[in-house]
Amino acid sequence: MGSTLIEKIIEKNTGLSKVTPGQIVTVNVDRVMIHDIFIPFVADKFEEMGFTKLWDPDKVVLIYDHLVPTSAVEDVRHFKIGDAFADKYGLTHVHRRDGICHQLMTEAGYAKPGNIVFGTDSHTTTYGCVGCFSSGIGYTEMASILGTGEMWIRVPETIKVVINGTLPANVTAKDVILRLIGDLRADGATYKALEITGSAVDAMSVASRMTISNMAIEAGAKCCLFRPDEKTCEYSEVNLEDVDWLYGDEDASYCRVMTYQAEELVPVCACPSQVDNIHPVSELVGTEIDQVFIGSCTNGRLEDLARAAKILEGKTVACRTIVTPASRKIYIEAVKAGYMETLAKAGAIITQPGCGLCCGRSGGILCDGEKVLATNNRNFLGRMGTSKVGIYLGSPATAATSAIYGKITIPE
Amino acid sequence: MEQFTGKVWVLGDDIDTDIIIPTEYLALPTVEDMKQYGFSPLRPELASQIQEGDIIVAGKNFGCGSSREQAPEIIKALKVKCVIAKSYARIFFRNSINNGLLLIENSDIQDVIKEGDSLTVNMGESLEFDGKTYPIHPLPDNLMDIINAGGLVKAMQKRNGII
Amino acid sequence: MGMTLGEKIIARAAGVDFVKPNDIHTVTLDRMMSNDGTTHLTVDMYHNKLKNPKIADKDKVVFIMDHNVPAENPKTAEAHKKMRDFAIENDIKLYEGQGVCHQIMMEDYVCPGELIFGADSHTTSYGALGAFGTGVGCTDFLYAMTTGTSWVMVPETIRFNLHGKLREGVYPRDLILTIIGDIGANGANYKIMEFAGDGAHNLSVDDRMVLCNLTVEAGAKAGIVEPDEKVVEYCKAHGREAVHMFKSDEDAHFCEVYDYDLSKIEPVVVRPDFVDNFALLKDVKKEKIAIDEAFLGSCNNGRIDDLRVAAEIVKGKQVDPKVRFIVAPASKAVYIQALEEGIITTLMEAGAMVMNCNCSVCWGSCQGVIGENEVLISTGTRNFKGRAGAPSSKVYLASAATVAASALAGYITGPED
Repeated sequence: MGSTLIEKIIEKNTGLSKVTPGQIVTVNVDRVMIHDIFIPFVADKFEEMGFTKLWDPDKVVLIYDHLVPTSAVEDVRHFKIGDAFADKYGLTHVHRRDGICHQLMTEAGYAKPGNIVFGTDSHTTTYGCVGCFSSGIGYTEMASILGTGEMWIRVPETIKVVINGTLPANVTAKDVILRLIGDLRADGATYKALEITGSAVDAMSVASRMTISNMAIEAGAKCCLFRPDEKTCEYSEVNLEDVDWLYGDEDASYCRVMTYQAEELVPVCACPSQVDNIHPVSELVGTEIDQVFIGSCTNGRLEDLARAAKILEGKTVACRTIVTPASRKIYIEAVKAGYMETLAKAGAIITQPGCGLCCGRSGGILCDGEKVLATNNRNFLGRMGTSKVGIYLGSPATAATSAIYGKITIPE
Repeated sequence: MEQFTGKVWVLGDDIDTDIIIPTEYLALPTVEDMKQYGFSPLRPELASQIQEGDIIVAGKNFGCGSSREQAPEIIKALKVKCVIAKSYARIFFRNSINNGLLLIENSDIQDVIKEGDSLTVNMGESLEFDGKTYPIHPLPDNLMDIINAGGLVKAMQKRNGII
Repeated sequence: MGMTLGEKIIARAAGVDFVKPNDIHTVTLDRMMSNDGTTHLTVDMYHNKLKNPKIADKDKVVFIMDHNVPAENPKTAEAHKKMRDFAIENDIKLYEGQGVCHQIMMEDYVCPGELIFGADSHTTSYGALGAFGTGVGCTDFLYAMTTGTSWVMVPETIRFNLHGKLREGVYPRDLILTIIGDIGANGANYKIMEFAGDGAHNLSVDDRMVLCNLTVEAGAKAGIVEPDEKVVEYCKAHGREAVHMFKSDEDAHFCEVYDYDLSKIEPVVVRPDFVDNFALLKDVKKEKIAIDEAFLGSCNNGRIDDLRVAAEIVKGKQVDPKVRFIVAPASKAVYIQALEEGIITTLMEAGAMVMNCNCSVCWGSCQGVIGENEVLISTGTRNFKGRAGAPSSKVYLASAATVAASALAGYITGPED
């Protein structure tokens, strides 16, 4: 019997000829990511555990993003602790102002096809976009990896998702993953791997695949993998022949197969306050919104800004519209492509790259009774202000179009 | 076999990590500083009402969302004895084990129990309520090893020969 | 006896031919500006303290959200909502996240000879266009907004005759910080600081704004530069006509007169915790004071010239990895100009963090807040204790050039090093 994509990665990593779901194995970790919120806790636990050196400083990446820019005096403490930890243990991959961790991990080449990567953030599933097995863990477990380079995992079952055909022009990867989460429900992929294939996926950019793998955690998934192709190789700077083993075998065992025809998909939103509360935008048309947020590790990439700029070109926003690019690199590219000028002229508020509003610490917090249409990954109660804020999640196209009217609107 | 009894707080499905501890409070210096905000988006008064030894009973997908380990830590800091839910999100599950917070899976007790009821747990065997028992499953060995060591920190301390 | 420029503006607003210092006059205001620092308080008073209140002339009122934009917590979001709802109900022009209030006022409203109240101390900025701008509290603002009038006691005027030109590498910010250092933080208390002479006319309107903006740090009620052709051109370029181009009479009375030779001014670094704690860069840089954050922006120094200077200095270099170099363009117009000139790209490539157009670090409550014992070098308006974060932190003030050079070095230094 063949292997699924996740099984192949685990087999290659462990040297086991065949692994099966439910089996508990110890893997060698290729890279880890720690962000600013959790570095103080990781540092504490690491020393409390009695470790005196990192298993491999080159494999550790420290990224400041949730607290950049600082919005409170205590925020700075995280940087000081992170800097001291980096200095003490010889950690050189430190990004203090470059953007969101999940964007940087693949953008800067830390997470490559076939790697096993863990991060202290649930959206670590993102790196599956390049065929990397990546998953979020807590800081205690991160501390133990920093000392040992190892982690135990239970081999997950795999759900295969096949999307064939061509997506309608106003349907994006965001609509695809929201629909999928709606169908799976918020716990439908718990402890499982997702493997996404089909001609619609083949046609997607790596950035779009990233949107999908990023949000897989919202269905509970341990990871969400795409088979690397030429686009992946160009993005990750690897050779196709080195990664051509990264696919699920025809005769592999999948616990579930879900099949979609791309032409039948429509723009959707997740309605307050669960990510699996999915409704077609057509059912929500006219819902008044106070704010639009375009950004985050889900949808703050160049193609997202390009789409928003195209829609907002020559228009003026009718509600406050906050744009937060996912990384410094993306910001600069968007400036060069003229997107920032278009967005600024349309009245958008363009902020420094970072987690921004998505992590609810600054960047456009709302108050009781307000509604926001956002392109990020979570609409949990209280995520962007009080528990009486209504958060709708949608694509950059839906968000930008809705910004023009101050109401939820179907994108052209 | 260990047995304990506690007063029950009932929560629903999909209790996410932002409900357990909102991001706003994550940069507070310690879990002790944070614990008063536990569950605040859903029930602002709950953290002050929970007493040592109480039990949380919830629906499916408890702890979904972020990897923030403060979520299980806060529940532990509130001195909740255990959480009983229909299912758990995976990062939360791992974090709980690593911090020695006991999680029990059961999908029947939710239908019969109300907030304020008293529930008895027979470790690794069953829940007892209103004269009836509800079976529960023991955890796999590798997880029991971590719990028996007193959490992952202790397990690593043992490995590194400092305890 | 003649009148000073400031006296003439008050006389016009009071509808009288002559005023003299210490007279109290009822004046009709040309414009009133309020920002999100206090508007929610004004709105509360409007609803709770007044019977049947109404806005005297909504076209003279401007609301600008710039201090906590975008909102960083539900409390500021609530204050914004109150301000926004009030603006909508009363058809008041509202700007949200489009720049720092004083910059927007300069770009869109201020005309020479006008008397303008702003619910913000740095309203003195408008003197750059020959207007009398002054900061008021929200009670004064409420009275002004509901009656269209207020009272003023005519201040005395101090005259600053500026001669010549600043040397290369010396900026208007160094000049005004030198003047404040000389006269002290209360040296112009309740007085008008009037700038004239060939040295004043050599300065651009943006440069003049740097001077007038900071006059409040010497306690001044207003800072005004004698308007000239550059003011006419600025107004024209922004779609307005300059009508009341007042000048002080030959026989006007000045309570004090100072003369400054601009060519003698040197780069300045103001030490914590007062704006008059003057020092010269050449002395301070010997100490190699390590910094944690550098801020380029604010109504004082976030305009295109400042960004150009900084971009020139950091081009092709990298900001010290442990320094947070925060840049906040003063307005959307400044940002767009900087985009078009490639300045934003240059700054971002050097590792600067470019914020949305707002008060940012200068306001110290929601963006780039500094921690315990941290050191900030800033182009902001103030270096009061705790202004940018923790009470134990320290704020040094300097020009855009010094801030940019320090951001590269990691300690306070000038661009030539």
